[in-house]
Amino acid sequence: MSAPEVAVLQPADTVAGYHRLLGRRLAIIAVLLVVIVASLLLDFTLGPSGMPVAEVLQALFDRAGADPGSAVIVWDIRLPYALIAVAVGLALGLAGAEMQTILNNPLASPFTLGVSQAAAFGAALALVLDLTIPGVPQEWSVAVNAFIFAMLSAWLLDFVTRVVGMSTSGVVLFGIALFFSFDALLALLKYVATAEALQGVIMWTMGSLSRATWPKVIALFAACALLLPWSMRNAWRLTALRLGEDRAASFGVDVRRLRLGSLTRISLLTALAVSFVGTIGFIGLIAPHMARRLVGEDHRFYLPASALVGAVVMSVASVASKNIVPGVIVPVGIVTALVGIPLFMAIVFRHGGRA
Amino acid sequence: MTTLSIENIRIRYGRREVIPGLDVAALQPGEVTALLGPNGCGKTTLLKAIAGLIRCDGRVMFDGQTFGYGDFAARARHIAYLPQTLPPTVHLRVFESILVARQATAVGLARGGDHAEVLQVLDRLDIGHLAMHYLSELSGGQRQLVGIAQALVRAPAVLLLDEPLSALDLNHQFQVMDLLRQETRARGMVTVIVLHDLNVALRHTDRALLLKAGQLVAEGPPAAVINDATLAEVYGVRGRVEPCSQGFSQIMVDGLVGA
Repeated sequence: MSAPEVAVLQPADTVAGYHRLLGRRLAIIAVLLVVIVASLLLDFTLGPSGMPVAEVLQALFDRAGADPGSAVIVWDIRLPYALIAVAVGLALGLAGAEMQTILNNPLASPFTLGVSQAAAFGAALALVLDLTIPGVPQEWSVAVNAFIFAMLSAWLLDFVTRVVGMSTSGVVLFGIALFFSFDALLALLKYVATAEALQGVIMWTMGSLSRATWPKVIALFAACALLLPWSMRNAWRLTALRLGEDRAASFGVDVRRLRLGSLTRISLLTALAVSFVGTIGFIGLIAPHMARRLVGEDHRFYLPASALVGAVVMSVASVASKNIVPGVIVPVGIVTALVGIPLFMAIVFRHGGRA
Repeated sequence: MTTLSIENIRIRYGRREVIPGLDVAALQPGEVTALLGPNGCGKTTLLKAIAGLIRCDGRVMFDGQTFGYGDFAARARHIAYLPQTLPPTVHLRVFESILVARQATAVGLARGGDHAEVLQVLDRLDIGHLAMHYLSELSGGQRQLVGIAQALVRAPAVLLLDEPLSALDLNHQFQVMDLLRQETRARGMVTVIVLHDLNVALRHTDRALLLKAGQLVAEGPPAAVINDATLAEVYGVRGRVEPCSQGFSQIMVDGLVGA
């Protein structure tokens, strides 16, 4: 065929170049892991109590020999707080990446499509009207309500995809309608709430890691540990879907089934994360964009990278939330937006306005 | 060697019947078939139905074997389909965007073999130098070549291409058609190509199917299917098919029917 436009690349160069590319992506994932560990350590050692690092480490490694007060702070407050930041980041980063792929929309995220807002409405029902599921312990009632409504909204998204057979753009519009519907319902509850309940709702919707407990940390990590391998099994198929539905189907991908599996994972990850820590809007939106820039859209790397970027942003936000205002823990939902928006805009501007 | 035949296929979009019942006698391996007809006559719909991407009544048979709607993986082992749209400018390198066509559902070879297949297709389409470029860095024509590579790399028995030349310059149109004909013969594939350029069909294909309003108007060698009468009846133009100085048939359009 016609003369190549640039220097001829030998096939061996191409394969070597591709292997170098894969190596670079693995290295980026390794760096993200290191950053998470570093941030986790920082998050763990810093706190409003001003406890010295040596005392923190002693309480961590020798709980019996440590001062009981320090042991409680380290084991029951700081450790779950720091770990749940990472777990929430992993869950929302992964859910956001899958959502943007299956809906083929860079603005898709659990927050923008109403899942988080539905969870907030569920939580508000418990906080304002005391409407809870009978038999659920008091300390879990808000989280369980939030989980149920998050699952309900995700199921509605699933329903319009599966049963109604709505197109991806239709699903996105439906998600936006869900967002505003639950937002209006939430506003109605706020309007009728007592001052005390209203404060509770506002605090819940700001998103806070201080609700972290060991069972929640374990549940979230377990969900990530189970669902990430499931996502990874579909990595090639999800990559194919980025090339268009017809193209993916012509490669043999059952797109409808792929979407359903993906929506199930997104529902579980988002519902758990949001019900445990409240509305944290930005992670599911920005983590996929940052991961895409770092490792491209080969989903074997993109999915874990998005989860890890989510964990990094959440963990850094967690550190910042404890240190921006001395002696005060600012709700992490506020910090993620404050940290995330400049980062996100920097990426968008750097790439000429393309998301 | 696979043959492809169609028996009484009927396709509706809601209440509108796009293909009201169509039969095609077995298309033979090693032959390139042009699917021709005016805009909206059902070419893409028919191709998608053969590829199993839309539901239809009737039967599409590959060597007498039929696949149900939804047997995506089983069907994709035999059939490759190139959509009309260009591959989108997602954040993938050309090499991996072609590799995914084999990896999305395995077509039988180990990973090393897949790399070799991708390299071979890139080389045949002469886009090896673009292998490590992002799709977003390519021109429309180059992306169309990547799309053709994605279809060829699956080494199908049946190759379905929907307007594969729409973004290509004259030189590349000629070379791609030449390559498709060579590949079709060498591999014994059944190749069906939706074309708008009737001169390309006359020059580069072995057989033509001419559609009008979802019905088969003519079928046979392109020179027999494309003539003054069908140009008037199907395309609404007054035209002639005449040999050029090199002996190839060419279409001359004199005007619109009735003008």
